[in-house]
Amino acid sequence: MKLSGGDMLMRALREEGVKFIFGYPGGAALHIYDAIFRQKKIEHILVRHEQGATHAADGYARATGKPGVVFVTSGPGATNAITGLATAFMDSIPLVVISGQVASHLIGTDSFQETDMIGISRPIVKHSYIVQNTEDIPAIVNEAFHIATTGRPGPVVIDIPKDITAPENKFDYKKPSSVNLRSYKPKVHPHPGQIKKAAKAILSSERPVIYAGGGAIMSNASPQLKQLNKILNVPVTNTLMGLGVYPATDKHFMGMLGMHGTYQANMAMHNADLILAVGARFDDRITNTPSKFAPGARIIHIDVDPASISKIINADIPIVGEVKESLEALIKEIKRSKIKIDSEAISKWSEQVREWTNMHGLDHEMYLKKSRSKLILPQEVVQQVYRVTKGDAYVTSDVGQHQMFAAQYYHFDKPRRWINSGGLGTMGFGLPSAMGVKLAFPNKEVVCITGEGSIQMCIQELSTCLQYGLPIKIININNQALGMVRQWQDMQYGGRYAASTYEESLPDFVKLTEAYGHKGFKVTQRSKLGPILEKAFSMKDKLVFVDVYVDQSEHVYPMLVAPNGSMEDMWLAKGKKA
Amino acid sequence: MKRVLSMLVENKPGALARVVGLFHQRGYNIESLNVAPVDDGSYSRLTVATRGTESAVEQIMKQINKLIDIIKVADLTEGDHHELELALIKLNKLKNISNLKNIIKEFNGKIIKTDNSTCVISVTGTSIDINNLLKSLKKYKIIEIVRSGSIGLHESQKTLTI
Repeated sequence: MKLSGGDMLMRALREEGVKFIFGYPGGAALHIYDAIFRQKKIEHILVRHEQGATHAADGYARATGKPGVVFVTSGPGATNAITGLATAFMDSIPLVVISGQVASHLIGTDSFQETDMIGISRPIVKHSYIVQNTEDIPAIVNEAFHIATTGRPGPVVIDIPKDITAPENKFDYKKPSSVNLRSYKPKVHPHPGQIKKAAKAILSSERPVIYAGGGAIMSNASPQLKQLNKILNVPVTNTLMGLGVYPATDKHFMGMLGMHGTYQANMAMHNADLILAVGARFDDRITNTPSKFAPGARIIHIDVDPASISKIINADIPIVGEVKESLEALIKEIKRSKIKIDSEAISKWSEQVREWTNMHGLDHEMYLKKSRSKLILPQEVVQQVYRVTKGDAYVTSDVGQHQMFAAQYYHFDKPRRWINSGGLGTMGFGLPSAMGVKLAFPNKEVVCITGEGSIQMCIQELSTCLQYGLPIKIININNQALGMVRQWQDMQYGGRYAASTYEESLPDFVKLTEAYGHKGFKVTQRSKLGPILEKAFSMKDKLVFVDVYVDQSEHVYPMLVAPNGSMEDMWLAKGKKA
Repeated sequence: MKRVLSMLVENKPGALARVVGLFHQRGYNIESLNVAPVDDGSYSRLTVATRGTESAVEQIMKQINKLIDIIKVADLTEGDHHELELALIKLNKLKNISNLKNIIKEFNGKIIKTDNSTCVISVTGTSIDINNLLKSLKKYKIIEIVRSGSIGLHESQKTLTI
């Protein structure tokens, strides 16, 4: 049977197992949208802004591990998708973004709603295609999904001129065989010699740390990581992107590391004699000053992307390979090895970590704070959400202080539960990404922990939530200011709050939420926080927005001292250095 | 130091833009760039001359390798290699060109065309040779120069092919 380009596209997506498309129609995409109308298998979710579509598809991908799919039209539709593409690119999230383009004969003529999507998106995609022949659609879609999901994953753009999907032009649908690209061979196996060297180094170490990041989640390597540490029993830390890959409530877990990492995690990294980096990329928010990073540590670095290895910190033992397969090989090698880890040294090291935790751990600092403040502290909000959801929710967040508090105080025991924009730091990510998660897991609790700044960047999606019945819980940690900006202004700009407050212009979020057809609560007293959260989470079928007014003066600590600091140089509280 | 990177790139729309864009995105400079289809025309051989420390060049090679349309990449300057560049130089025509001919001969160049008012010289050599020739031609009135940028290949049996 001959198919039009639009129908071919829908069939190709179906063959990739796509269940949802997040998108927004427009002139150049209308043939494609008509093809959506002609089929029943894939559900299209109409967002209210294309940025919301990309973040929703991204949230879906992070929570499920499957690629997210986006449809946008040409011109402004395409440019509105750019922030979401960049967000996914920085965090290596598999997306396939299909953009309508003006008809082939109009390209280059500055025609209505024309923009060079391929050019604009080039630095922030893993790859991109412009479709020149309708018959190529099945093969291009097939390739795009292959590229988006294999190796180090990432977003792929397919730009389709309008004439390519015209309903009157029909062609045979040639089902593509498996993808074989001579220029792209993502499957790399860890080198056995390197695995041997790594095992020996680990087993000979006395102060080792496992440092696991988003790559370990991407590779679904959480079971292997746990299995490895069943044998080793050494301290573990996760990056912001890696939270959940190693259970937070495990006794070996030190919490997150880096800029706002825990005292014990940063101290352990700095004083380690061996760091096993697993799918983590030594981001500048981790290392602080690279030349002062972990001076006594040998570095083993496992990553599927060779370009991530020795980019910032030189790896003594590089292992290029998928995290899961590499850890499996490492476990095998460690079990087989004649060398046994010095358990006395390891327990001494663990004792040192415990000492650090008792000295300046997050719980200890909170205990001191709570007794001083009459106002609700932002950290308490997260602690209460953690309690009410029994630590088992999917939590999305936006960017700023609330994001760091969520990362510090919601203790994730499972991977893919913590959904946040780590690399790009995109405000507006939280609500739409929660929509993607909720569509994937309608029976799970999905919470968006946000701030009054971030939530307003994509708040229009409250309307989408009503249309598709998505009972997300939004916890707005409202400090009436751009908290993280304000914190830096406090610390480095003499408290000059340039453009970080709204004066009296904030909306009444309860009324706003209710105008969108949902339920809203406002909390200003500490004694009401727990009960209102319990009530909100008991309303299973409703999107509930809980607007919690918190202490505006609160800062996120610990905080690495920059510039020129090492990982053990930390602010622990206002005016208090480690 | 100067590095000459050679790569095989799929002959697909946007492939060249991806390579060039990468240098800019990662903060590296392109000193010269040369590209043309080779073999069956399904791919091109692209040569980039750049400058950078060993670790910077290693990083950029890795990043180039990550581009989906790149089939292979090599740093020719890592070992023994041949490296040449072509230049065309247009001069205002001289009354007496015997002196000019001597200079050109020294660099294995030739005059490929003269007309009433101009003369065009072609020369092939290393980038240093061409720089030296241009220095020697300073006393003449050069009105236009075009250079191909370096191209190169490995010495002896080592190759960069599919």
